[in-house]
Amino acid sequence: MGFVRNPKDVISGLLFIAIALLFAWQSRELTIGSAMRMGPGYFPLVLSVVMGLLGLIVLINGLRYPGEAPSGFAWRALVILVGATLFFGFAMRPLGFLPTLAITVFASTLASTLFRPLTALAITAVMVVFCWGVFILGLGLPLPLLGPWLGGY
Amino acid sequence: MELLDNLGLGFSVALSFQNLFYCFAGALLGTLIGVLPGLGPIATIAMLLPITFGLPPVSALIMLAGIYYGAQYGGSTTAILINLPGESSSVVTAIDGHQMAKQGKAGTALATAALGSFFAGTVATFLLALFAPPLAELALKFGPPEYFALMVLGLVASVTLASGSVVKALAMIVLGLLLGLSGQDIYTGVPRLTFNVDELADGFDFVALAMGMFGLSEIIRNLEDEHNRTLVAAKVKGLMLSKEDFKAIIGPVVRGTVLGSFLGILPGGGAMLSSFAAYSVEKKISKTPRRFGKGAIEGVAGPESANNAGAQTSFIPMLTLGIPSNPVMALMIGALIIQGITPGPNVVTDKPDLFWGVIASMWVGNFMLVLLNLPLIGLWVRLLTVPYHVMYPAIIAFCCIGVYSVNNNTFDVYTMALFGILGYALVKLDCEPAPLLLGFVIGPMLEEYLRRAMLISRGDPMVFVTRPISAILLLLAAIALVVVLLPSVQKGREEAFKE
Repeated sequence: MGFVRNPKDVISGLLFIAIALLFAWQSRELTIGSAMRMGPGYFPLVLSVVMGLLGLIVLINGLRYPGEAPSGFAWRALVILVGATLFFGFAMRPLGFLPTLAITVFASTLASTLFRPLTALAITAVMVVFCWGVFILGLGLPLPLLGPWLGGY
Repeated sequence: MELLDNLGLGFSVALSFQNLFYCFAGALLGTLIGVLPGLGPIATIAMLLPITFGLPPVSALIMLAGIYYGAQYGGSTTAILINLPGESSSVVTAIDGHQMAKQGKAGTALATAALGSFFAGTVATFLLALFAPPLAELALKFGPPEYFALMVLGLVASVTLASGSVVKALAMIVLGLLLGLSGQDIYTGVPRLTFNVDELADGFDFVALAMGMFGLSEIIRNLEDEHNRTLVAAKVKGLMLSKEDFKAIIGPVVRGTVLGSFLGILPGGGAMLSSFAAYSVEKKISKTPRRFGKGAIEGVAGPESANNAGAQTSFIPMLTLGIPSNPVMALMIGALIIQGITPGPNVVTDKPDLFWGVIASMWVGNFMLVLLNLPLIGLWVRLLTVPYHVMYPAIIAFCCIGVYSVNNNTFDVYTMALFGILGYALVKLDCEPAPLLLGFVIGPMLEEYLRRAMLISRGDPMVFVTRPISAILLLLAAIALVVVLLPSVQKGREEAFKE
């Protein structure tokens, strides 16, 4: 990839163009209307074009001027934390508040390289009790403590 | 004295037992979370936003304002004590504040920050009370073209004043605008840009987007390199300022306040720009500029006053025009809209209790911060000793619960995860996520005013240049854009932000 001088800019440019195309494709079935009576598709389409052009400029700059490649990704943290968040969303209804929270907190402690099992269990226990106290007792959020999969309602 | 009457009304609202409590709770919670390294005001407000939904609008806004000051003050504490500024506006404080702490003068630095902020807050509150109503009156004469032009100016200005690539920041704004348009079209009710997902019929959830971009992705970023931080001062002593200290800071505090108050009103301005500007001013006029970077007390006093003044006066365009000048104000507007209040010039006349109550509570909030922070500094120090890997799972849990509880909707939690990934990717590509949030909030308003303006003018785009106010605003936007794209200015900008 000798012609890619600034990988960060090239990737950003491509990302912006891709998103612009996605939005343009999304607005294809909307009425465009005229400048006087703009339809729902007018502004999104204009913005998509602008964004595509900006992406192109970023891309071209990335091919012309040197720069750094992105590095130092926290892959472990990214995968585990996004996974824990998705799990929370998925499990909230079927499992209920307390088990979901416990698993989410415990899972997210795994994202750190400084993970220790005992500390993780302690954090989980403290968080479950604390959140139960604050959100259920204190703020009275209407969250089922145990979901239908665990014999709750 | 209409002003006094209005302030009287404001204080009667702000000093009610309920609102005092929320103001106090906001300042306390804001400081508590803002003190955590790596969490700035945007993340803090996004995270605590759901708590305020159940409150009446006045209390909610008072609490959010309290959270904002608290978070900002907490960020300064972290910057001074462990040299880990949570957000860009306390980067400057860290330069000299941390050096002072190393020399055993952490107490002096913290007290300077607190008193400087309090003075600036008091002045800025009066400026707000003085200038907001006439501005709102002027804004009532604004038609759709003027609003459109004003928003364009605000968006452009926020780009030119941010750090990093201008083109990328513009692209981020446009991305934010597009994301903001998702959902039902206001005129025809047609669902659009929903990617065939039923849950997106009302668009992307504001809280989920903000928490993903600023909560989740920040935590991932902080986990990139984990090392044990060292706290400079385990015990902070000497919170009292000596006479010499007072003499040394009074000038910087006053200059910082004036500068910050002015820069805060500008679209795109606010806390960060103010503190950068104040620091360079202090360094320029100092007789001994060499001391800067080595623990100069002026380097703490000036920026800290300026960022608080700027934070305060940035409420002026938000409350009077309904236009956010920075991402924090975008969050405030988001909160107001969720509360069913459309921010704009009408708020001053229609909801005087809200308007004046919030203004008065700003002063109360600043006062509370001083009362709260100087005695409680030991607590914050202890909080700073808690390692990050013990702290972040709790933040993840709060984010999840917060996002879920807004609408009792699991889809919002998935949205947060999605924007967590996107936010992290964009940060790794050197694309600042803050302009995106600004665009997201402004997107629907910008389109509405554009469509209305074009309807009035029968499709003639000349309407934006034939009306004087909108022409001037657009001209300013164009100048700002051209100036910042000039090669010489770009170089200067890079140097200014490096400093």
